[in-house]
Amino acid sequence: MSFEWLHPLLIATALVLAVIGAVRRVNLWRAGKPDRINLIAGLMAMPGRYLHDLHDIVERDKYMSKTHAATGGGFVLSALLIILVHLLGIDNQILAWALLAALALMFVGALFVFKRRLNPPSRISKGPWMRLPKSLLAFAGAFFVLTLPAAGVLPEGSGGVLLTVILTVLIIWGMGELFFGMTWGGPMKHAFAGALHLAFHRRQERFGGGRSTGLKPVDLSLAKEIGGVLGVAKPTDFKWNQLLGFDACVQCGKCEAMCPAFAAGQPLNPKKLIQDMVVGLAGGTDANYAGSPYPGKEVGNAKGGPDHIITDGLIDPETLWSCTTCRACVEECPMMIEHVDAIVDMRRYLTMERGKTPNKGAEVLDNIIATDNPNGYAPASRTNWAADQNLPLMRDVKQAEVLFWVSDGAFDMRSQRILRAFVKLLKAASVDFAVLGDEELDSGDVARRLGDDATFQSLAKRNLEVLSQYKFSKIVTTDPHAYHCLRNEYSDFGSDALDGVEVLHHTTFLNQLVQLGRLKLNNFSGAKVTYHDPCYLGRYNGEYEAPRELLRSMGIEIAEMERSGFRSRCCGGGGGAPITDIPGERRIADMRMEDASSTGAELVAVGCQQCTAMLEGVVEPRPEVKDIAEILMDQLVDPSVENPRQDRLAEEVH
Amino acid sequence: MPSNLPEVIGMQPNQFNVDVANKLKVVSLVSVGKHPQSGRMRRADQDSRAVELGLKLTGDNHSGESLTVLHAGDPSEPSLRSYAGMGLKSVRVLQLDPAADAILPLGQHLQQCGADIVLTGVRAESGESSGMVPYQLAEKLGWPIVPRVADIVSVKGGVAEVLQALPRGQRRSVMVRLPFIASVDSAAPEARQSAFGPASRALMDIEVVSASVDDVRQAWEEAAARKRPKRLKVVKAKTAAERFKAATAKSQGDGGKVMKNESAAEQAQAIFDLLKEEGVLR
Ligand code: SF4
Ligand code: SF4
Repeated sequence: MSFEWLHPLLIATALVLAVIGAVRRVNLWRAGKPDRINLIAGLMAMPGRYLHDLHDIVERDKYMSKTHAATGGGFVLSALLIILVHLLGIDNQILAWALLAALALMFVGALFVFKRRLNPPSRISKGPWMRLPKSLLAFAGAFFVLTLPAAGVLPEGSGGVLLTVILTVLIIWGMGELFFGMTWGGPMKHAFAGALHLAFHRRQERFGGGRSTGLKPVDLSLAKEIGGVLGVAKPTDFKWNQLLGFDACVQCGKCEAMCPAFAAGQPLNPKKLIQDMVVGLAGGTDANYAGSPYPGKEVGNAKGGPDHIITDGLIDPETLWSCTTCRACVEECPMMIEHVDAIVDMRRYLTMERGKTPNKGAEVLDNIIATDNPNGYAPASRTNWAADQNLPLMRDVKQAEVLFWVSDGAFDMRSQRILRAFVKLLKAASVDFAVLGDEELDSGDVARRLGDDATFQSLAKRNLEVLSQYKFSKIVTTDPHAYHCLRNEYSDFGSDALDGVEVLHHTTFLNQLVQLGRLKLNNFSGAKVTYHDPCYLGRYNGEYEAPRELLRSMGIEIAEMERSGFRSRCCGGGGGAPITDIPGERRIADMRMEDASSTGAELVAVGCQQCTAMLEGVVEPRPEVKDIAEILMDQLVDPSVENPRQDRLAEEVH
Repeated sequence: MPSNLPEVIGMQPNQFNVDVANKLKVVSLVSVGKHPQSGRMRRADQDSRAVELGLKLTGDNHSGESLTVLHAGDPSEPSLRSYAGMGLKSVRVLQLDPAADAILPLGQHLQQCGADIVLTGVRAESGESSGMVPYQLAEKLGWPIVPRVADIVSVKGGVAEVLQALPRGQRRSVMVRLPFIASVDSAAPEARQSAFGPASRALMDIEVVSASVDDVRQAWEEAAARKRPKRLKVVKAKTAAERFKAATAKSQGDGGKVMKNESAAEQAQAIFDLLKEEGVLR
């Protein structure tokens, strides 16, 4: 082949340009706020995270995981060998053969990518992404031919000028996409940013199965600093590794396909949101975005830059307020991007700096501030629901095995039925328990998700203060939101009130009681039952089994919905979404009820008062909705409990 | 500054013919509120509506240049900050002894600062809660008072068009010459959200003043109100519309009469007679 000097020169050029691009990209990320990350440890852990955590998610789509392993693995190997063989000119037949094998692997993988792109589902982005499989093929194909002489298959210098020209064009194209494009913002950027994102992830604990939210407490003293801002106003207010994370998005749209708000036609699409964040960090418009829009909003009008206020032109606040914080997107994202934390970060700015929490938001927050409950009821009426229950108060008994965290369900008549059922079960199992009574405050969940971290922090601290006065080994609550706050978010406040305390959801605790034989249950003889996983119990806390085991212990065979377990669809009640109430085409609760109805179930078992409220809000005819505690209570075998008929009479009066 | 109405009219002729909104000086008086359920200190509902109306009148421009939010009392009271959270740069506080009578220093301050419109709530949520502050200030300053306003529609040529809130959502439009005092009814537009950031950033612009101790008040004893049993209302309404009416009606005061066509002297006589009858005048 002629022009021997040409190809090494091209490779060198592409690599140099890639390095320059990498430096530029890194600087874009570094414009974010500092975050304490152990860089070396992160880099060391990165391959493991790729092989375990990331691969576990990709593995859910077998086709894609194999395709990616072949293409990506083949490419990394080829790139290294190309440098050795073609750039450094090491003349070694083994290396050349290895390179040929790697390229062949990559080529086969790329064929499958190509095939998937022939008839792409609506969730994945088109645009430059449609070009990617062809670029991969060009790269692998051209270098394959180029390597043949080195492997001794073809004599050196074979092929004419025409072949050289064709190969050169293909190589420029291939390297343009794969080396240059990787750091200058092409689709291959995901490999570069994705690898570093795994290493420097904002939520390092996530990889060990940690149950945190990345919602670290806002430093409220920032409000008084000159130029200080609460929450995220501009892209540069994100931590640098959050910016890096946004850049890792492959626009696969797995998040979009799972997002309940998107399905309901509310103006939110988590994929577009992440892409808008990329527009923000790099500067520009969304004109090149080639995926589904925010429902009801045209693409092309969003403008942003690192120092532009995000909600002034890049993202409509309605988009941020549509999110139920259900984390379906986070669960599904193969790049392990944290959408919810970013959304709440931006909500914090809207609420704490602009005072722009929509609809009932301001009123609810005011109520929480003034009365420690979202509806503005008298704090002294918190225990009214239990006037006839004779519950031991912590204030009196000082210690108990179990602290029953009642939650704001205390103020809601429907939720009170769940609370009563749970109390009856506790009594039937002779559990040594007590409640805080009027000393308990709202957990702060809603305030935090609505962006008012000041109020969340105040509630958390005051709750911890109360908790620290008493002795108990377990906290049990019927509210998954309070459960999440107590278990995962209260630990940021340096209190030892919860040290050594087990925080449990009532289904987990009841399941323990049943397994220990402390609760005897009749078999359930009613109709078909399905179970709805609450987001804050399942995805946030990984508890999928206990509620199911409880149902099975009553002889119930659960008719699972298509979306259940970690893929459960939100009821629409989380994240303050019913309060901010952004209009869509449908209601999320209706869609979830359709999921339930389509199993043929006549009873939906739930483990959350918010889910109960949302699902019961769906118009009849629909399956009945009951908390697992209520179902258990009806099946309870216990002579000491008054006969159930009287109970029902009593309930009707309330 | 003028001390009675005729003088006001005489002094203001040109001021508002040019550009009203920019030069308008509005003062919203705020007090420390008390949540009806929890008894916790907060921004008072009507007072914050007064601030909202003030923001509207002064063009919402956040700078608060022509809106002064004024409080007489303890500047370290945290609930004052929740007014500032509505986007104010500062809150002006006349710091005085908690036992002092705030009327005199407030009146002096209002006179000195050249306010055109002074907005207050109808009555405070804590303290005496007598609802007398706007009246006493009006008396001190010799300004007209418009009680229970729902909105101030326009200010033109030194005259404001004010909507008063009447029962059942009715409104009465009145024209008032500046300067005047208005108490803001709960029917006025709701106050915007108070945001934590601006609330903690705002400046407490403090002026220490002295005032005589309110002796009468000192002698009082405060006790929590006891709820009295209430007779259940028997709703006689037959239709939904009637029930709605019954539920939403504010008592409009029975009896009374509307005198529109009588002469001013006759009208005055009627008022005089009524006041005598009620024992207000002796
Ligand atoms: S955010 Fe994650 S799931 Fe969504 S498109 Fe990007 S990579 Fe895919
Ligand atoms: S958390 Fe749920 S509602 Fe919010 S963007 Fe993700 S999938 Fe959509």
